[in-house]
Amino acid sequence: MSHANRILILFAHPALERSRVNRQLVRAVRDIEGVTFHDLYEAYPDLDIDVEHEQTLLLAHDIVVFQHPFYWYSTPAILKEWEDLVLEHGWAYGAQGTALHGKKLVSALTAGGREAAYCGEGHNNFTIRQLLAPIEQTARLCGMDYLPPFVVHGTHSLTDSDVVAHAADYRRMVVALRDGTIDFEAAREFSRLNSDLDRILTNRR
Amino acid sequence: MHGEAFFYQAFVYLAAAVVSVPLAKRLGLGSVLGYLIAGIAIGPFGLGLVGREGQDVMHFAEFGVVMMLFLVGLELRPALLWRLRGPILGLGGLQVTVTAMALAGVAMVMGLPWSMSLAIGLILALSSTAIVLQTLNEKGLMKTRAGQSSFAVLLFQDIAVIPMLAILPLLAFGAAGALAKGTDDAGHAGTWVEGLPAWAQTAAVLGAVAGIILAGRFLVQPAFRVIARTGLREIFTAAGLLLVIGIALLMASVGLSPALGTFLAGVVLANSEYRHELESDIEPFKGLLLGLFFISVGASVDFDLIASRPGTIAALVGILIVVKLIVLLVLGRVFRMGLDQNLLFAFALAQGGEFAFVLFSFAAQNGVITSEVAAPLIAVVALSMGLTPLLMIVNEKLVQPRFGTRERGERPADTIDEHNPVIVAGFGRFGHVIGRLLLANGVGTTILDVDSDHVDLLRKLGLTVFYGDASRPDLLKAAGADRAKLLILAVDRPEDSLEIVRTVKKHFPNLEILARARGRPHTYDLLDAGVEHVYREHLDTSLRVGVDALRKLGFRSHQAVRAARKFRRHDEAHVRELVRMRHDRKTYISRAREMIRDLEDVMRADLEEVGHDRDVAWDSTSLREEFGQSVD
Repeated sequence: MSHANRILILFAHPALERSRVNRQLVRAVRDIEGVTFHDLYEAYPDLDIDVEHEQTLLLAHDIVVFQHPFYWYSTPAILKEWEDLVLEHGWAYGAQGTALHGKKLVSALTAGGREAAYCGEGHNNFTIRQLLAPIEQTARLCGMDYLPPFVVHGTHSLTDSDVVAHAADYRRMVVALRDGTIDFEAAREFSRLNSDLDRILTNRR
Repeated sequence: MHGEAFFYQAFVYLAAAVVSVPLAKRLGLGSVLGYLIAGIAIGPFGLGLVGREGQDVMHFAEFGVVMMLFLVGLELRPALLWRLRGPILGLGGLQVTVTAMALAGVAMVMGLPWSMSLAIGLILALSSTAIVLQTLNEKGLMKTRAGQSSFAVLLFQDIAVIPMLAILPLLAFGAAGALAKGTDDAGHAGTWVEGLPAWAQTAAVLGAVAGIILAGRFLVQPAFRVIARTGLREIFTAAGLLLVIGIALLMASVGLSPALGTFLAGVVLANSEYRHELESDIEPFKGLLLGLFFISVGASVDFDLIASRPGTIAALVGILIVVKLIVLLVLGRVFRMGLDQNLLFAFALAQGGEFAFVLFSFAAQNGVITSEVAAPLIAVVALSMGLTPLLMIVNEKLVQPRFGTRERGERPADTIDEHNPVIVAGFGRFGHVIGRLLLANGVGTTILDVDSDHVDLLRKLGLTVFYGDASRPDLLKAAGADRAKLLILAVDRPEDSLEIVRTVKKHFPNLEILARARGRPHTYDLLDAGVEHVYREHLDTSLRVGVDALRKLGFRSHQAVRAARKFRRHDEAHVRELVRMRHDRKTYISRAREMIRDLEDVMRADLEEVGHDRDVAWDSTSLREEFGQSVD
């Protein structure tokens, strides 16, 4: 493969046909070369996850993206089920569990609330990053590097052109992850990857 | 007719068709031209295999046109016909009037008296329903704007033949004086109604039309239902033919065009559940008769006459075609057709029609036109018909690329045919659940079933259900199999199911099949036949019962469901493995035993919480081993 990183997007949305923002985000990244787009609800409508297949997929990629709407400050059910089943003891964690060591994990989420609502003074009381602590810790336990999330805020009040702009940003970010043109150290300074994409994208190759 | 002579004739005609039509198609000329060439080849001026009796054959074969209009009617629901009333009356009416006037003007300029000129204009204004519809159908252009408009004009012309038959004898008074009204040999007049006063004739005509509509509504459908119940296909075909021939006879006896009558009957039956079945039963007869008709047109072209005055004939053919083209182009413009469609419309209809043969001889008998004038004109009409397929090719290859705008991909919505994405074959206890789920989710579904009582009931419930055997390629095609995405094969009997699979694989290789399987042998047969999606009809229900049984016995629900899933996965895998070795009895049995043992092992392992399997994440054994000491 000619790309720096192989990207696996694990996408979870139980009713994509009703989603406005995620549909655009999906369209922006599903056909990028060197990126595997894996629609979990489409593959496992009964939540009957094929663990072996999922583990094989993980092994074949360097960076994993969890793309999903932010439901009750967390992931849709299937992604939790996926974590429960796929990240096995002795494989993903534990003394022998080193399969994922050195890989990176990024969350890409859409949230109905505005960014201002996610802080100690806002009505959500916590920042997104704080609320993502379970995923961050899961990544750490599996020896993975957890990056700041890509977040689309205020989805209920976005105009169509806002959505298009976010989709373009998302595509830029995924392509940069694939090509290794993100300055990961600089990125860690931000609460979310897309707060200022230009600052963290290094020049192409 | 002597049997031997009949077979000789049949042999000559069929051989000519079988040789020349594939050849013509191969050369991209279309079947109509192939038939015409075949006719010329076997005619008195070619090999001379058929002589003057070609004329009789032509009269017989004209019945193909009648059948074609019946089929056209079947495709046109009354509502759709009503929507076409504008083009039929407006476009059709103007085409006949304007063309008749223009051609009559030309004839008068050439020095013919006005009455003869008018008769010639009227007769030559008609186009050839047979050639135009056949050619447009073959090119798949019937659903385009041009195709629909052409059809509308042709329909008006067919209707216009009736008043023309009435007017032509009157013109004779204006000409050389009336000759005795003779009866005409084509059966268009000279019937019992002629002796009646005008009001009674009108009443007879109206009565016949009303009779067709009422009988179609209340008599024919129940009759077909009874016939369908016998399950004898040839009797159904016979009934279809009987219907068409009966109507033709009835119409001829009241002096109406048989084509018009059968067209009407077709429209009445267009909403019937037997539509597809009728279509596919009549289709081959229509095809053969039309072919015969085209051959006889080819055979009847009088090359002696043409050879004696080649310049005049060529000029007349040119004038006929050019005048018609111009009128059609202008009308197309007036009716706001796009340039592409307008060109197609004009080139399609720029010829004389088969009714001209009948009307010219009728007019000659009535003394409206002298036979010296009629004979070359008949040759002109035949030649213009023969040139039509060539003209269409000229339009396609030379005119369109230069002047056309290429409106490809922008075809108007298809309103005539079934074009649902899904066909459900078999709507019994299995298929109806599938059909209902699809319909409830707004998926257009065409349903085929062979049980006529059942079809009747379902239609009463408001479903679009057609009676017919889905293993017939023609019926599948009529149901839209060449455009549908999925065929849901839910018929009851494995033999029928496999027969349908064979038909689909052969004729509609792009149609994806989802098949119901009765049991293992049928499952294997379906897999062998190349069906990818095979559903054993009992499997899901049995597993659900199994799950409930386990729960009743105290298993946790989630565990029972997972056990069933696992069972199912293994079982599906086994079936697909066993299908490869089932013809080898010994390997099959030993492998099957092995697999059953495998399955048991897996299930037991699951119960005992050992072994590496998918639910290991919910099992804390390994965690206890690694962290056990520190946790306590």
